[in-house]
Amino acid sequence: MIHTRSLTKRYGPVLAVDSVDLDVRKGDIYGFLGANGSGKTTTVRMLLGLVLATSGGIELLGRPIPGAAREVLPQVGSLVEGPAAYGHLSGRANLSLFDAMGVGGRRRTRQQRIDEVLEQVGLTEVGRRPVKAYSLGMRQRLGLAAALLRSPRLLVLDEPTNGLDPQGIREIRELLLQLHATGTTVFLSSHLLAEVEQLCTRVGVLDRGRLVLQEELAVLQAPTGRTFVRTPDPDRAQALLDGRVESRDGRQLLVRGTDAAQINAQLVAAGVRVDELGPERRTLEQVVLEATEQAPVGSSRP
Amino acid sequence: MIVVELVKMLRRPRTWVTIGMLNALPTLVAVLLALTDLGPRPGTGPAFLSAVLTDGTLFPLAALAIVLPFLLPIAVAVFSGDAIAGEAAAGTLRYMVIRPVGRTTLLVAKLVSVIAFVLLAVLVVAATAYVMGTLLLGDQTGATTSVSGTSLSATQISGRTALSIGYVVLSMLGVAAIALFLSTVTDSSLGAALGALGVLVASSLLFTLDAAAALQPYLPTRYWLSFVDLFRDPILWRDVVRGVVLQGVYVAVFLGASWANFTTKDITS
Repeated sequence: MIHTRSLTKRYGPVLAVDSVDLDVRKGDIYGFLGANGSGKTTTVRMLLGLVLATSGGIELLGRPIPGAAREVLPQVGSLVEGPAAYGHLSGRANLSLFDAMGVGGRRRTRQQRIDEVLEQVGLTEVGRRPVKAYSLGMRQRLGLAAALLRSPRLLVLDEPTNGLDPQGIREIRELLLQLHATGTTVFLSSHLLAEVEQLCTRVGVLDRGRLVLQEELAVLQAPTGRTFVRTPDPDRAQALLDGRVESRDGRQLLVRGTDAAQINAQLVAAGVRVDELGPERRTLEQVVLEATEQAPVGSSRP
Repeated sequence: MIVVELVKMLRRPRTWVTIGMLNALPTLVAVLLALTDLGPRPGTGPAFLSAVLTDGTLFPLAALAIVLPFLLPIAVAVFSGDAIAGEAAAGTLRYMVIRPVGRTTLLVAKLVSVIAFVLLAVLVVAATAYVMGTLLLGDQTGATTSVSGTSLSATQISGRTALSIGYVVLSMLGVAAIALFLSTVTDSSLGAALGALGVLVASSLLFTLDAAAALQPYLPTRYWLSFVDLFRDPILWRDVVRGVVLQGVYVAVFLGASWANFTTKDITS
C-alpha cells in the first residue's frame, strides 16, 4: 500500500529524512515510531504530496506520488499534524466543504456519509455547533471524521489520539480496529509506544531521519529463548539452576531455555517457591531503545 | 472547487463586515453633503464630488473615487493576502491539498473568489451610493453634465458607469495579484496584506515625486483614477488604455510568480 525507495528530504544542510525504504502491506496496522523531530511528519507529508522529496520514490496504492496524487489521494484518508477546520462554521458544514473540494466526493451521498462519519467518531450531537466551540478532543474527532468521509482504503494518521482522554483513546482504538477488520490498511505515526504496542501489527522505527527497524510486531516480541523466574528464594534457585542463569535482578532470574514447565518442575521438586515464571518477551520499548541506542525515545504513558 | 471558495467567501462574516465598512465612508460623505450643502469647489477634492450636489445620480462615481485610493485597496490586499497564507495558518491548506485539490486549481479558485469579492464590493458600494445619492442629494432628471461640460444622456451615463466599474475592478486585480503572490510566499496573512499595501504606499509616494518621473508610467497606482476620463466628452481613452495594459502586466507577472512558487512549494504549515 505504501512503498518508498531511498526516500530522502534535505532542508538546506539538514538531512530530515535519509534513504527511507518503507514497506506497508495491505491489511497492516503499521506503527511508525520515532522521537519528536526524527522526521516522521516530514515523511508523512511526502507520502501525501505536501512536501516534495529531494530524491527517492514513493508509491501509494501502487501509483507514484506526487505524479498520480489526483487518482490516489481520494482513496486515502489522512490526519496530518493535528486537525484543522474553519472555526466559524459548524462541524457538519466543515465536512461538507471539505468533501466538496477536489475530486471524489459525490454530492448525492454527501449528507448520508457525513451522518455516518459523525456517528463513527461520536460527534453526532455537536455536529451543528461551530467548531470554535469544540474542545481539542472534539476537533481531533472531527479531523478523523474528515479522513473517513470517503471510506478510504488507506488511512494515514499522524498522532490521531493527541488531546484525547483515556476513554476517547479507547474509542478511537476500537474504531481503528473495526475499520481494519473491514479491510482498511492503517498507517499510524506516533511517539506513544503503548498505543502502537496495543494496536499495530507491524512497526517501523525512525531515528534521526533513518529507518532503523521495520518488522512484524509479533516477530519483535517473539520469545527470546530465555525464561524469567520470580521467586522469594533467588539464592537457592540460582544454585539449583547453576550455569543456566544468565542474569539476576533482585528476585528475578533470567534462565536460558524455553521450557518453562521443566524449569518449574525442577524448582518445585527442590522445594524452591515460585511466584511467577514464563518465557521472556521483550517489550516494544526495549526493542525501540536497542534500535535507536539512545536515551528514552518517547513516553510510554497509556 | 471554485464554488466551494465562493461559498466560503460569502459565508464568512469578515466579507460582509468589510463591505459594510467600505460603504460607511461614502454614506457619511453623502449625509454630510446633504446636511451642510457644502461641496468642494469644482476641480478640488475627490472626482465628481463637486457635481453630486446638483445631481445625486453621479454619487456612485463619487463614491468609487472616495474608496478607490485607500479603503478598497486595503480591503483587497487583506482578502487576497489571506487567500493562501490564511489557510496555511489555520492548517486547512494541507487538508485541501491532500483532499486532493490540485495546487493550480486551488490558486485559480482563490483568485476567482478574490475577483468575486472585488466585484461584489464595488457593486454594493455603487448601488448603496446610488440609493443614498438619489435620496439625499436629489435626482436631476434629464441630461447629466459630463466632466467636460457637455451633457450626457442617461444611457451614456449608465454605459460609462459600467465601464468604470470594470476599470476599477481591473485596477484592484493588480493589488490582488501582488498580495496573492506574497500570500504564497509567507504563512502570515498579515505579512502578505501589509507587503502589498507597502508596494501601494511606495507607488503613491513615488507618483508625487518629480525625481521619479522616469518610473511613474510603470507605477501600479499611476492610472487608478483615470476612469474619470471615461466621463469626458469625447472619452479620453489614452490613460484608460495605458491603465488597462499596465494592470494586465502586473496581474500576469504576479499571478505567474504565484503559480510558479505555489506549485513547487513544500507545504509545511
